Amino acid sequence: MAFHDSSGGNGPWSGLGGEGPQLPDLEGLLRRFRGSASKTALRVGIGIAVLVLFFASVYQVQPDEAGVVTRFGRYSRVSDPGLHFIVPFLESVTKVPVERQLKEEFGFRTVEAGVRTTYDERFFLEESLMLTGDLNVAVVEWIVQFKVQDPRAYLFNVRDIRSTFRDMSEAAMRDVVGDHSVDEVLTVGREQIAARAKDLLQEMNDHYETGISVQQLVLQDVNPPDSVKPSFNEVNEAIQEKERLTNEALAEYNQAIPRARGDAERLIQEAEGYAAERVNRARGEASRFESIYAEYRNAPRVTRARMYLETLSEVMPKLGQKVILDESGANILPLLNLNGERRQQPGPGASDPGQQPEREESR
Amino acid sequence: MKRALPILGTLVGLVLLFSATYTIRETEQAIITQFGEPVGGAVTEPGLHFKLPFIHRVTRFDQRWLPWDGDANQITTRDKKFIWVDTYARWRIADPLLFFQSVRDERGAQSRLDDIIDGETRNAVATYDLIEIVRITNRDFELTEDLVSFATEEVARDIEFGRNAITRSILEKASDVTPSFGIELVDVRIKRVNYVEEVRAKVYERMISERQRIAERSRSEGEGRAAEVRGQRERELKSIESEAFRQAEEIRGRADAEASAIYARAYQRDADFYRFMKSLETYRTALDDGVTLVIGSDSEFLDFLRRSR
Repeated sequence: MAFHDSSGGNGPWSGLGGEGPQLPDLEGLLRRFRGSASKTALRVGIGIAVLVLFFASVYQVQPDEAGVVTRFGRYSRVSDPGLHFIVPFLESVTKVPVERQLKEEFGFRTVEAGVRTTYDERFFLEESLMLTGDLNVAVVEWIVQFKVQDPRAYLFNVRDIRSTFRDMSEAAMRDVVGDHSVDEVLTVGREQIAARAKDLLQEMNDHYETGISVQQLVLQDVNPPDSVKPSFNEVNEAIQEKERLTNEALAEYNQAIPRARGDAERLIQEAEGYAAERVNRARGEASRFESIYAEYRNAPRVTRARMYLETLSEVMPKLGQKVILDESGANILPLLNLNGERRQQPGPGASDPGQQPEREESR
Repeated sequence: MKRALPILGTLVGLVLLFSATYTIRETEQAIITQFGEPVGGAVTEPGLHFKLPFIHRVTRFDQRWLPWDGDANQITTRDKKFIWVDTYARWRIADPLLFFQSVRDERGAQSRLDDIIDGETRNAVATYDLIEIVRITNRDFELTEDLVSFATEEVARDIEFGRNAITRSILEKASDVTPSFGIELVDVRIKRVNYVEEVRAKVYERMISERQRIAERSRSEGEGRAAEVRGQRERELKSIESEAFRQAEEIRGRADAEASAIYARAYQRDADFYRFMKSLETYRTALDDGVTLVIGSDSEFLDFLRRSR
């Protein structure tokens, strides 16, 4: 039947107009055209509907996301990254970035991240100004990095989760800073504070069942308030000054003491040298004396005379003027030129027969 | 007309179907009212539910933890410190029916919570010293030698309660009241505590003077330590030098004594000869051409000179 129809070209409507072939009138043409038009429209419509259904039922989860599927608003399942299907209209999917490292900034905002990141911290003093445990004030800036660990809890347990998370972070940080002195906050306690605040924040997240896992809490700039800063710098300078003074004194010490030890050692060595010399000389001289004495004992008179005369013969020539006084002319003081002619006799003096006899004769 | 009927029937059916069903999302809970009158309990289970079409009306409430953020309050502590206290709380609608009846909606709840929590916060903060509000434990501050600050009396004092106890008491007191609004208060915390502006300036002044004292002390400590090191150096120098002198003198003395003994032992054999010999030696060295010798002709030396005459 369909084949006949198609040969007739009239479709389902052919029975109505039997005399169609004879009368290829406008009406028939129009009808035929209308029929095929509605068919195309239907096809297009169905096509669109299929497409819509397809796109409504298929969804893609990015590698760093998880898709949370609800059916009639009720939690149904979590889908991993990839292409997935849902029942259109009855189910819906919400994607949560579970693998992405999320970040919140406190006390400042990154205006523009990049090679030269610019920050804006003017208007966030409210966030960063806090009391320390010794009732001083510090300006603490920090960041929290976190991940969504449980997308279901993250989506369904807390409304306005970002502001909740920020409130918790501020409360945790102030709890911890409030238990540290301003010096600890500014210097030695930084790591400890960050670690404790992180633990506390995680605890609070567990309590609130936010499904958030705190990855890292990092203290950024931690400063005293602006008007107090100079005096803190002054303390640093004073500490440097103290170090410098101490080091200078120590340097002097280190310079002086080893040298003094060296000098002392030299003094002692010199004394040792002196001692050795003194004793050796004594030994030498004593031994020489003993040797001479041994010979002397054999012939005392001769030796004595010999020694005496030998000495004189050695000494006399070296002397300057020699004056011999006769005891008979003792009261006559001969004219002596003590200063003048002393150098007259340069030769071997004592045994020089030249002058002495003259004097003898003149007397 | 005959064709329109099934279409109409379908439409009516659809409307009925939609009116008889409702979905509750994970984040929601609801109550059903019949002409304003609540029917049955709260619907807290998410998913597809049924009701009487048209007659029953669904009022939805949030099931999640909801934020409450208080305004910063200026409060005076027991020890007369003027501070701003900023609290936040988290709460949930525990009994939607009661909630609906007593406060109607969240806006109403927020304003009630304002009254309750702000009031309790004021009461609590005013009955404690500032230090109790700031600290949570009595841990000792870890201090570097350079920065031992001059702790004021209030800081040196141990806390009795601490911030956690105070917020807990606020939570407890507020929680006494909130159930009558169908509200469960989950957590109240102090978010920020700050000095009021005028006090802040004074605190800064105190911090500055404290730092100046630390700087001053540090400087004088440096001077003191330097003087100490110098003194030590002086002392050690003196002791090293004198010790060396002592040792050297001892060594010399011993040597002198030994030499003296050696000489004595040798010369004792014949003191007279020694004197003779030593004199001769001395003549040799002591007499030179600067000396004018005046000698009598009767001297032993000239003995032969005279006799031959």
